[in-house]
Amino acid sequence: MAEPLIEIKNLNVDYGLGDDAVHAVSDVTLTLHRGEVLGLAGESGSGKSTLAYGMTRLLPPPGVVAGGEVIYHDPERGPYDVLSLTNNELRDFRWAETSIVFQGAMNSLNPVHRIGSQLTDVIRAHDPRSSKEARLARARELLTLVGIPSDRLDSYPHQLSGGMRQRVMIGMALALEPKVVIMDEPTTALDVVMQRQILGELVQLRERLGFSVLFITHDLSLLVEFSDRIAIMYGGRIVEQAPAKEIYTDSYHPYSAGLLGSFPALRGPKRELTGIPGSPPHPGFREYQTLVMCRAGSEFSRKGAVPCRRLYSKVEPGGPAGHADRVRFPPAVPEILRAVRAGPPGARCARCSRRFGQRGGLLAAPRPLTRVSTLEEIRWKPLPRR
Amino acid sequence: MSYLLRRIVFYVFTAWAAITINFFLPRLMPGDPVQALIAKEQGQLSTDAVHSLYVLFGLDKQQPLWQQYVDYWGQLLHGDLGLSFTFFPTPVSEVISSSLPWTLILVGVTTVCSFMLGTGLGVLAGWRRGSWVDLVLPVTTFISSVPYFWFGLIMIELLAGPNSFFPSSGGYDPGVVPGWDIDFIGSAVQHSLLPALTILISSMSGWILSMRNMMVTVSSEDYITVAHAKGLSDRRVMLSYAARNALLPNVSGFALSLGLIVGGTLLVEIVFSFPGVGFQLFQAVGAKDYPLMQGIFLIITLSVLAANFIADLAYLVLDPRTRKEG
Repeated sequence: MAEPLIEIKNLNVDYGLGDDAVHAVSDVTLTLHRGEVLGLAGESGSGKSTLAYGMTRLLPPPGVVAGGEVIYHDPERGPYDVLSLTNNELRDFRWAETSIVFQGAMNSLNPVHRIGSQLTDVIRAHDPRSSKEARLARARELLTLVGIPSDRLDSYPHQLSGGMRQRVMIGMALALEPKVVIMDEPTTALDVVMQRQILGELVQLRERLGFSVLFITHDLSLLVEFSDRIAIMYGGRIVEQAPAKEIYTDSYHPYSAGLLGSFPALRGPKRELTGIPGSPPHPGFREYQTLVMCRAGSEFSRKGAVPCRRLYSKVEPGGPAGHADRVRFPPAVPEILRAVRAGPPGARCARCSRRFGQRGGLLAAPRPLTRVSTLEEIRWKPLPRR
Repeated sequence: MSYLLRRIVFYVFTAWAAITINFFLPRLMPGDPVQALIAKEQGQLSTDAVHSLYVLFGLDKQQPLWQQYVDYWGQLLHGDLGLSFTFFPTPVSEVISSSLPWTLILVGVTTVCSFMLGTGLGVLAGWRRGSWVDLVLPVTTFISSVPYFWFGLIMIELLAGPNSFFPSSGGYDPGVVPGWDIDFIGSAVQHSLLPALTILISSMSGWILSMRNMMVTVSSEDYITVAHAKGLSDRRVMLSYAARNALLPNVSGFALSLGLIVGGTLLVEIVFSFPGVGFQLFQAVGAKDYPLMQGIFLIITLSVLAANFIADLAYLVLDPRTRKEG
């Protein structure tokens, strides 16, 4: 794996202070590597956007970053914590290192300024010594880059279509050649054809310019196609992260499975689409890190997903079995499962059941996991010779 | 441009309608100015004099109404608004033009100052909401609910007096001869300080409130977050992104208040006996001076129309979305 570019460590974001605070993002640890497209998926209210705003310190009040670190590995200056930058340093950091394409393409541009002035003011803010001609030339170049005729520089936002506006925003995001572009549901407001087109261009641009992308969406099918790795968020936590292919073919977490089961495949046999019953739990509960499938007490029958009641009561026998809402789900479980399964050849997990690595064994028998709750606790021992 | 043309046509039509109503209004009222003048002279007028007065006022009964209307337009285009009763036989246009500069300068300067100061403070209060600047709010809300004239009376009571620097009435010292010299201008400025302060304080709070509220609304727009994310300086985001957009509703309010400059501060001028148009109108009403009232109404109407037109133009310049171009 390439070297890390942004390391989010134990990030907590609350809305509000004190006991009434809603923990919108809790204890998220996530790494974005150089040149990678990291997808961040999850349903509405799972904390995806809050995570993005939190790590860039753009949270509107009453949002507060309650703890954690966001380490940016600057190629020139070495690693530093974005959360502890002073205001001036933060201003310099923004857009030059990390730019953002926001959710609302329609409202991201100021309606009373020309496209040109909105493209050039960011260049001027970061490089006050640049000449006006140079800035205009760069703005023209950026428009061409995203497939908009450069004479549109004199247009106002209302004279552009939604797709064009989003292209302008993407062009603007690339203005200072940042190392990271955060895309917060950049194509949600557009129709699917336009989505495809813009994302296709984005992939090309990324290959040419080599920036990393943190792509936030609830459209998992899109992510499977465009991203290298996918992290799934649920209730303010990362519940699973793995290479995109792996998530698609073999997701561990019942929520990921639920997400994947909710859209149709283009080829292959027809199957019933499964939705996720109930509505997401209130993020105010610490305990709620339970699961989708638990929320309606329903059972889920798909590969990799088991009735959560069984799963949880076994994963953490300490939890009050049978009381779905109060069962805890250790965030490390999917990683443990994955590690155990991909364990070194000729060895088996010392405290895991033998059946564990078997295909079709599902997660149905993770009993040994009761003794392993973090990756570090896994011990390997050689398989007995025949 | 066709948009502008349509607006101009609209304003020309409105002006015509206003002038026409202005023509008919006194003619619909019982009695006529000559009767009033006869009453004023207590019957000391001969029939010839009365007749010539009728001719003078354009009220000779022989003429059909449409003929009078055409003549009225003819006179109007020559700047002839008839003769004032109170200042008989001074033409109304002369009476108005002697009081108009007083009002224009006093109320004009204070309106512009109050708009600029109020908007500036409103920008700050909206941008730094939640800080100590919010203390401005209850104060301005209180002040904006106080009527102008009452505030003026309080000012006179507190600040003006026999030995005070601030004179309590008039436009200039009676001992000074009007003219463009230091003495006169100094005296005029000194006399206008209190009324100006009254208008400034009581009208500024409205600007502060509306600007602050618009700033708060605009601050939550996506493009403000984008501007922050772009790493622009706080000052630039505040002025060029937030205030620039929040200003739009205030600008049209400002243009409308420009229209009210001429007649709007009647009560303040009365309280301070300031020789402006408002005070003139007050005197005209007291003396049943119809031609003068008519003339002042006409000026007020035209200035409101002109201000509306300016508001339209300002909007065209400030908000590209209102421009109807390809």
